[in-house]
Amino acid sequence: MIRLKDVTVSYVDHIALKSVSLHIKKGDHLAVIGPNGAGKTSLLTAINGLGDVRQGRVMVKGEVINKRNIRKIQRISGYVPQNMNIDPRAPVSVFDVVMMGRIGKIGLFRSPGKKDADIVKSALELCGIEELALRPVGRLSGGERQKVFIARAMAQEPEILLLDEPTTSLDLRAQKEIVSLIDSIYARQKLTVVFVTHILKNIPLTCNTCCLIKDGHIVFFGNRKDALKTERLTELYGCEIALASGLSYV
Amino acid sequence: MFDMLQYKFIQHALLASLFGGISCGIVGVWVVMMRIPFVGVAMSHSAFAGAVFGILTGTNPLFMALLFCLASSVLIGPVAKRSQLDPNISIGIIFSLVLGIAFLCLGLIKGPRTEALQLIWGNILLLDRTDILFLIGSCGLVILFLILFFKEIRAVLFQRELARASGIPEKAFFYSLLILTGLSVTFNLNTVGGLLIFSLIINPPSAAYQLTYSLKKMFILSSFFSVTSCLAGLVISYYLNVPTGAVIIITSSLIFLLCLIFSPKRKKVT
Repeated sequence: MIRLKDVTVSYVDHIALKSVSLHIKKGDHLAVIGPNGAGKTSLLTAINGLGDVRQGRVMVKGEVINKRNIRKIQRISGYVPQNMNIDPRAPVSVFDVVMMGRIGKIGLFRSPGKKDADIVKSALELCGIEELALRPVGRLSGGERQKVFIARAMAQEPEILLLDEPTTSLDLRAQKEIVSLIDSIYARQKLTVVFVTHILKNIPLTCNTCCLIKDGHIVFFGNRKDALKTERLTELYGCEIALASGLSYV
Repeated sequence: MFDMLQYKFIQHALLASLFGGISCGIVGVWVVMMRIPFVGVAMSHSAFAGAVFGILTGTNPLFMALLFCLASSVLIGPVAKRSQLDPNISIGIIFSLVLGIAFLCLGLIKGPRTEALQLIWGNILLLDRTDILFLIGSCGLVILFLILFFKEIRAVLFQRELARASGIPEKAFFYSLLILTGLSVTFNLNTVGGLLIFSLIINPPSAAYQLTYSLKKMFILSSFFSVTSCLAGLVISYYLNVPTGAVIIITSSLIFLLCLIFSPKRKKVT
């Protein structure tokens, strides 16, 4: 489904991802784990075309991403950003934000129809926020806001779901709710999911593959059981890590 | 009050208030929502610099104003990206550059500088038929663009990166919004002048922002406040014999103040 070959992503002052190669199969649920600044977000943005790929190739569904097909790829990739600051007075409702996910599918010169409204409603229901539909998005809590962005990505009817640290700056309850939501979406829809996080206890239970990143390099890629090992994680984070019961929480 | 309507220059001024007000009200929402209020200052001074350059070189001032305005519209993004600066800083740099050009040209003009100085303050009462036609044209273009691409514009105004991530040609829309802003500023240069047009772009949408959570209503309210400011400024200045542009801006500031005081957004949403 997604293949990266010798991909380098760089910004003006530093190289974020260095000659990374990776293969994510259709229906995989991959967790990209690593400390801050490891290159996790750059990996995600290389896949959805937001990042500046300086070298190498990114292939999605067998097509090499280029300027001509990038929008087509973006339309099938739902993207959930890190918790964003939104002005509480912003004149945009929850429904409006989720509908924005449909725009790429609807196309230019066309207005959203009943079918689009129904898809938006289903996405709101899927995320359990249908009662918030008419609320201004800036007035929501961090957890509610993240659910709105997940609903927005789902309204796109994506084949790939890319989540960039969706639990960052949320309280414990909201973190658990978001992780459970991702689990339930994956269980129901079997999308290809890439979940980026630096918080080990927030790796979704349905996640079957892990990619450990440090200093722009992939240091491990394999199944969850092998990835979440004390020694490996201690080396990855550069500090002593003790795994609590089970493999998903520390 | 109706006696003033018999004069041709008043009829022109009313039309300018209506169409200039609507276009400033709409592009103002773009500027306020994208949080680049300084773009209004940069654009208006670019237009001013272009017009003065036109007077100095003997070319059409309006054409040069438009050229300078469009050039600064397309420069803002790349300057910000290449220098890794906040767009407001790149706008500030362009602003200082065009201001320097404007005053240099102003200093180089030989003889009386009345025409050039008038561009600073504008005079809605001196507009001719061509000015009005340009205002109607630019207003029509802005409205048409808004209606045709409302859903894309809303997504870009809300969050540019997110809009791009869902396959919207965000860059094309961003620059189109800037270019249409430049167009509106240029054709409104004669109404309130290069110095004051900034306020007419910022005050009405900021007032509308206080009143509604709907972007559609914000566009309508902003245009309404903008037209009201222009009309009120026109009538007041006619009877009190004071500069029209200044009264327009003071009126728009008062509307903003009232909206801020009575804003329902100041109350907690339940």
